[in-house]
This record gives sequence, C-alpha cells and structure tokens, in this order.
Amino acid sequence: MSRLVVERRPRPSRWLSWAAPPLALLATLLAGALLFGLSGHDPLAALRAWFVSPLASLYGLGELGVKATPLVLVGTGLALGFRAGVWNIGAEGQLTVGAIAAGLVALATWGTEGAWIFPAMLAAGVLGGMAWAAVPAELRVRLGVNEILVSLMLVYVADLLLKALVFGPLKDPEGYGFPQSRLFDTPALAPILVPGTRLHLGALLALAAVLLAWAFTARTLGGFAWRVQGLAPRAARYAGFAEGRIVRLSFAVSGGLAGLAGALEVAGPIGQLLPSVSPGYGFTAIIVAFLGRLHPAGVLVAALVVALAYIGGENAQIEAGLPEAVTGVFQGLLLFFLLAAEFLVHYRIRRRGPAAAPRTSASSAETAA
Amino acid sequence: MSWSITRRRLLGTATAAGTLALAPGLARAGRDRVRAGWIYVGPVGDHGWTYRHDVGRREVEAALGDRVETSYVESVREGADAERVLQRMAAGGHDIVFATSFGFMNAVIRVARRFPQVKFEHATGYKTAPNVAVYNARFYEGRAVIGTIAGHVTRTGIVGYVGSFPIPEVVRGINAFTLAMRRVRPDARIKVVWVDSWYDPAKEADAAKALIDQGADVITQHTDSAAPLQVAEQRGVVGFGQASDMRKFAPNAHLTAIVDDWGPYYVQRVRAVLEGSWRSHDIWWGMREGMIRIAPYNPRLPAEVVAAAERVREGILEGRFHPFTGPIRDREGRLRVKEGEVLSDGELLKMDWYVEGVQA
Repeated sequence: MSRLVVERRPRPSRWLSWAAPPLALLATLLAGALLFGLSGHDPLAALRAWFVSPLASLYGLGELGVKATPLVLVGTGLALGFRAGVWNIGAEGQLTVGAIAAGLVALATWGTEGAWIFPAMLAAGVLGGMAWAAVPAELRVRLGVNEILVSLMLVYVADLLLKALVFGPLKDPEGYGFPQSRLFDTPALAPILVPGTRLHLGALLALAAVLLAWAFTARTLGGFAWRVQGLAPRAARYAGFAEGRIVRLSFAVSGGLAGLAGALEVAGPIGQLLPSVSPGYGFTAIIVAFLGRLHPAGVLVAALVVALAYIGGENAQIEAGLPEAVTGVFQGLLLFFLLAAEFLVHYRIRRRGPAAAPRTSASSAETAA
Repeated sequence: MSWSITRRRLLGTATAAGTLALAPGLARAGRDRVRAGWIYVGPVGDHGWTYRHDVGRREVEAALGDRVETSYVESVREGADAERVLQRMAAGGHDIVFATSFGFMNAVIRVARRFPQVKFEHATGYKTAPNVAVYNARFYEGRAVIGTIAGHVTRTGIVGYVGSFPIPEVVRGINAFTLAMRRVRPDARIKVVWVDSWYDPAKEADAAKALIDQGADVITQHTDSAAPLQVAEQRGVVGFGQASDMRKFAPNAHLTAIVDDWGPYYVQRVRAVLEGSWRSHDIWWGMREGMIRIAPYNPRLPAEVVAAAERVREGILEGRFHPFTGPIRDREGRLRVKEGEVLSDGELLKMDWYVEGVQA
C-alpha cells in the first residue's frame, strides 16, 4: 500500500519560488469563485468588485496606498529584526505609543502655525516607538527575558495608556464628553500627495524605508551580521558580532518604524487621537513580513496584496452584497493558499510505494518468524 | 441644536468638494428610485445593536419595494477605515447613507463635504451639516423601566452592570437605571464592570460572573452580546436584553428588553429623499415616537412588578414622568437637581457624573 509523505527539499525549488505566488492567487480565485457561487452570488461580479473596481479610480489607488503605508513601514522593520532572530511581536504597541507621542505634539501646538509641527510629530512618533521597544530589548540583553512575551504584553499597556489619555486629559473640551481628542489643526496634518485622495506623505516615507532596508541588508557589513545572527547565532559570536547590539538595534529600528507608522496614521487619515488608532496593523505586519519572505521588496508587495484583500472585502460588501462572513473566509483563503504555496517551495509531497513499507510491520513480521 | 463645522481639514479635499458642488442634482426635487446604504460597526448577526439597524434597513426595503435599493457594510472600524467606506458609498451612487455608530462622526462630516448632493445620517453624534442629519434614541427611558423591575426583584440589593465605555450615553443609562431602581428600593446599589468593548462575548461573560460572585442577583448591560444573559441563566439570576429581544438566549433569566426600533425613522427619511423633501435635523426620539419600546415581560414576573413597570412606561409615554426628575444627588452627596426640576437635554447629552448608589 502506498502512502504520501512530506519531506524537506534538499534546496528550495527555484521554479516554485517564482511560481508560488501566482499559483496561490489562481487557487484563491478558483476557490473564491466556488465560495461566492455556493453562497448565491455572481462569482464574476464579486471578483470584479474585489480586485478590479478598487483599482479603477484614482481615489481607490490612493486608498490602497493609505492602507498599505503602515503595513509597509511596520513590516519592513519587523522583517529586519526577524532575519536577525529578534522576535518583536509588539509592534502594535510601539505604533500606539508613536501615535500618542505625535498626538501630544499636535495637541500641544493646537491653534499655532509652524512648518516644524508636522516633522516634530514624526520625530516624536519615532522616538516614542523606539522607547517602547527599548523595554523588551533591554530586558532581553540584560536579564535574558524572552522578548516575545514582553513586547506582546506591552501592546496592552500601550492600548490602555492611549485610552486613559483620550478618556481623560486629552478629551476634546467641546466634545460632549466623548472619548476623542480635538481634531488636529492643519499644520499637524500630513501633506496630501495627490489631490482628491487621502494618499499622504507617509507613502513616500514607506518607500524610502524599503529602499534603505534593502541597501542595509544587501550592501553593508551590519546587514550581513544581522543575517548571520539569525541563521547561526554561534557563528555570529565567533565572528565577533555583538548579540546585544544587534538585539538593541533591531528593536530600535522596528520600534521606530512602528512609531512612525502610528504618527502618520493620526496625522494622516485619522486626524485626531481616538481610543483606538489601529485596526491591528502591528499584528498584520507580522504576516506581511513573512509573506514577503523577510525581504524589503517582498514586504512592499505583500503589504499591497493584504491591503487590497482588505479594501476589496469592503467593496464586495457594497457592490456585490456579500456578507462580511463570506469576505472574511475569502481573505482567509488567500492567506491559506499563499502560505501553503510557500510551504511547497521548501517541502515536497511524495508517494512512497509498498517497498518502503512502515518499519513497524516489518519488525513485527520478523518477531513472528 | 446644530453645530456646523467651520474649520477646514485636508487641503486636497477642499478643492474636490468645490468641483463636486457644481455637479447637477442639487436642486432636483423628488426621484423615482433611491439607493440607500448603511455602515455598521459590528456584524449583523441575530441580536443586538447592529442587528436592529439591519432590521430597520429591511423594513425600508419592505415599505418602499422597488423604489429603493439598499446595501450595507458590516464591521467597519471606527477611525481611518470608515471614511473610505463612506466615500465608496457616496461615489458609488448612493443617495443617502446611514452611519450607525458614534465613531463614524468625523468621517461622515469629511465625506459629506465632498458630496453635497448625497444625504448622510449619523446615529448618536452631535455634528450636523446641510447634508448631514443626526438621529438618536432616548434609550434611558427604557432603562427607567427595567431599573424599576430590578428594584422589585433584587433580594441582595446589588445589581451588576456590564458597561462598555464611560461615555455620556452609557453614564446616562446607568444613572437612569439607578434612579428608577432606588425609587423602588432606596438602599439598592449598582456595581459596574467596564469591558472596554461594545461586543466581546467572552469579556462580557467574565464581567457578569465576577458581578454575580460579588453578590449581584440582577445583571444588566450596555454591551451588545447575549453573553451576560446566558451567564445569568446558568447561575440562576435574572437580566435584561439589550437593543433587541434576547428571550431565546435565556428564557428564564430574560425579564424583558429595551428594543430599538429604527425602521419607521429609516422609512421616513428614505421616503423624504424620494420626495425631495429631505432636510438636515438633529432628533432625539424616545418611546413616544416609537424609537424605543419594551419587549414582552417574562411570564414569571409577578403581576405587581409588571404593573409598576407599566406605570413608569405609561408615564413616560404620556409625558407625565421624566426619568431625570429631581431630587437627584451625585455620588458625593451633592444635590445636582432640585426637587421637582428636570435635567435638560443639553445636560443629559454631556452627562459625566454618577448618581448616588453607583459603584463604577
């Protein structure tokens, strides 16, 4: 009797590593069409609402950029850290603290003019994110505390800090007691790149972050040290690369970029401090980083795909009348096929014939003889 | 009451609004057919806040037939995402859009500025514009009825309140409930646990359990899931449904529910767009207008308790009784409302203090 076994490929399949993403997309489209058809909707109309109409207008393209910007920023930082084996799971918290820091600048300067206000908000956001990320970094370097747990738990602390502020001292005095800050003044808002859209300066900063991260990993000794640290920590130590320095730096970079993303969210599409400023960008960016194979360019593409999956889901509800439960399943399918295809780049499934029958039955036969 | 927003935001969109204002349709009166859209903060499901808004949407379809086409988006996050969904609806040819959560307010105002020919309706907010109306319901009237019942049925004198966020809306509900309860039983107290969410069945259930462990024998809630009621059912205490009749989740524990009825308002407003008579307004409707009603009482309730609840309900319905009639003292014992006086709508809308008997 033959059976199927999964085994690691001696080296990643070259053709699959190129073909995997389009194959996954094709499988998603087919499975999605089936899903939409079974739930009583016109599959073609649903897929058009999902993938075509969000991209068919200038506003739609701008929204794709708005949605992808925080994912690219956070994902790029996380990918660098993950390569070095530093597991920052708390980017959501660093993003929140960045938003708080930027918001404090915006509200403290409310009613005043000054071209320095917006840059100061971005700087405050970066510093806020870095400060929040420094806690797990220092605890790991000095005391050997697991950075996954500390960074994750600090997400909830940051969330409560933001809530305490908008329910308390930062509450809009003319806001009828509702928990939100004043709307930021014009100098505290991110400049819009394309009139008629919400695409803001953050999109350019995200692209710059991708290019810098690429240059760092591919062209510098530091980038090499980080990769060695991630692949072979002992080899890195023999080579004289300081582990503590790498941990601190990768937390500073990923925390700073997350803080920048938070500052840009409140200065960009939100325009004020709310009890919650992110629909989980810090966590989604972890998926984005791995979908992008921890490569800056990959992160960019993955962030756009995830952003489109999200925006398309809204659009399919409006235009094709799909319920949210169905759009959620489709988003899940997309991730499932993408990750499954990634798996097949490194592993293969083979059929084993009866010749290589399970050893247990052979040995029991021997005992019987 | 209307607040117009003067401060210009988003430089780029100001120009877009300028060009769109020239688009035809502004002066058009009446039309054959309208597209109406709803954006929801949660999933539709089969109970609670969003469900009741969706029932209202279906009533619009039933009432206006093929003169209306409706669409909706579920689980839209308050914040940056809301603006995109509103923009898509407005740009996609909707004539009127209902935004059914407070957190959509600023996004509604921004998009409305870009689409002067589209009508927007925002639930529970306070910012209006020529094409943005605001509507809200006097949920606190229902709280006064169920608070009266709680005062009669509690034996321990402790009522557990599962709260969402300490915003004026929720504070007002807690106060109305407490005042009504203490009119029946002056020594009864309310304990509040905040779950920091509008809909989180697991946290709501944990809060209800903690409250029951602290001696509460009546559970009420300002969150949307049926979880607190289900816990009450298991633990043999009683509770009330929120926003919709939740009898089926807890047949024994469910004493009654405050039911939101948005349908008649939605039908009226969509019809106004059809007829070209839509105007912006800021309304706050209660039991008298039919936006709030009380679900059937549990047959287990003694007749005299039902009679007491009905007296409060009829008093409100006939305008004889206002739940916030003095004397009202706050938690510090300060007299906030004098004997015979009634809190004004303005004070109710920004309420940020608790009455005597609340432990929040």
